[in-house]
Amino acid sequence: MADKIVLEIARYAPERDEKPSFQSFEVPFRKEWVVLDALNHIKDKMDGSLTYRWSCRMGVCGSCGMMVNGEPKLTCATFLSSYGDGATVRVEPLRYFPVIRDLVTALSDFLVKLQSVKPWLIRKDEPPLSAGEFLQTPEQLDLYKQFSMCINCTLCYSACPVVGLEPTFVGPAALALAQRYNLDNRDQGAEERLGLLAHPEGIWGCTFVGECTRVCPKHVDPAGAIQQYKLKAALEWVKSFVLPRGHGDESKSEEVRP
Amino acid sequence: MTQLPSTEFHPRWYRAPVSTYWWIGSWRYLLFILRELTSVAVAWSVVMTLLLLRALLNGPEAYARFTHRMQSPVLIAFNIIAFCFLLLHTITWFNLAPRAMPVRMNGKRVPEFLVAAPNYVLWVIASAAIAWFVLRPS
Repeated sequence: MADKIVLEIARYAPERDEKPSFQSFEVPFRKEWVVLDALNHIKDKMDGSLTYRWSCRMGVCGSCGMMVNGEPKLTCATFLSSYGDGATVRVEPLRYFPVIRDLVTALSDFLVKLQSVKPWLIRKDEPPLSAGEFLQTPEQLDLYKQFSMCINCTLCYSACPVVGLEPTFVGPAALALAQRYNLDNRDQGAEERLGLLAHPEGIWGCTFVGECTRVCPKHVDPAGAIQQYKLKAALEWVKSFVLPRGHGDESKSEEVRP
Repeated sequence: MTQLPSTEFHPRWYRAPVSTYWWIGSWRYLLFILRELTSVAVAWSVVMTLLLLRALLNGPEAYARFTHRMQSPVLIAFNIIAFCFLLLHTITWFNLAPRAMPVRMNGKRVPEFLVAAPNYVLWVIASAAIAWFVLRPS
């Protein structure tokens, strides 16, 4: 048994390098170790200058996303044992994002896109506090719950070729989150968002490759969310011809109040 | 993409170029490109069907000419390839249908295979009906 595993890690120092290069590190192969443990071992024992993001180590914070052997993965949930003893594992920063240093990507562009879809509850009328909280039935929660599980890890952006080819594309996670609020019966902003997202750089930019859904560690299914959004947009477009002005969003009419 | 400024602390961001051949590296991306290409086979089959209908409307001689022309090995090869692409087109899109149309009954989402299955059933019934109509002894 080799009981060692080699990590080929992309290194990039902006003050020194023209482009990233790979550096190999031999680390102990332990079956309970994930890729992030191996990175921490390297940083602690071998090279303190290795730079990467991580926080929770339990698939919740969404910080440690990297390309592992060409696949977008949360490194805290990717076991070394799935690559085998003695294997070589290549770790790179998430694809299609600008690299700041080593494995750290710039998220500014994603955050601008995320904000552009208005991922919060929009109300046209703001009832007084005395009216109490908004209540939801389990069925109403179930409509959007899956899309609310997103942790903004951006793995889906690295899986989506459209993101790489059309940098202005809003992208899977942001569109899924827009749909999450559209489907929330407390929200009244679906029409506003549709105006922003029924656009070639919004939902119509998606070609349904479906890879975003496959790599999502939280089973959000952004591809499904976007296709459902497209269907809704197409129906709204037809409705705008058939019905006179002011056709509302009837799905939001059922509010449960105490 | 929003232009990222260089700062004192981040002198330069590295942007990896996207290869023109990005779809060759992974079979999933390749399958996606093939699925998109199936639209060409769909267009080809529609044109072939329209030509067949035109030949039928123009009488037995035109129909005989058409069927004779369709027996050329090149056209047969083309149609076999188009048929394979049509199968790929149908199967991939039927399988994706439940994702785009989450059907809900009694407040619960219907399992994906139950949404895809009626598409397949209708496909088989329609194909059988057409085959019966075309192949029935006159």
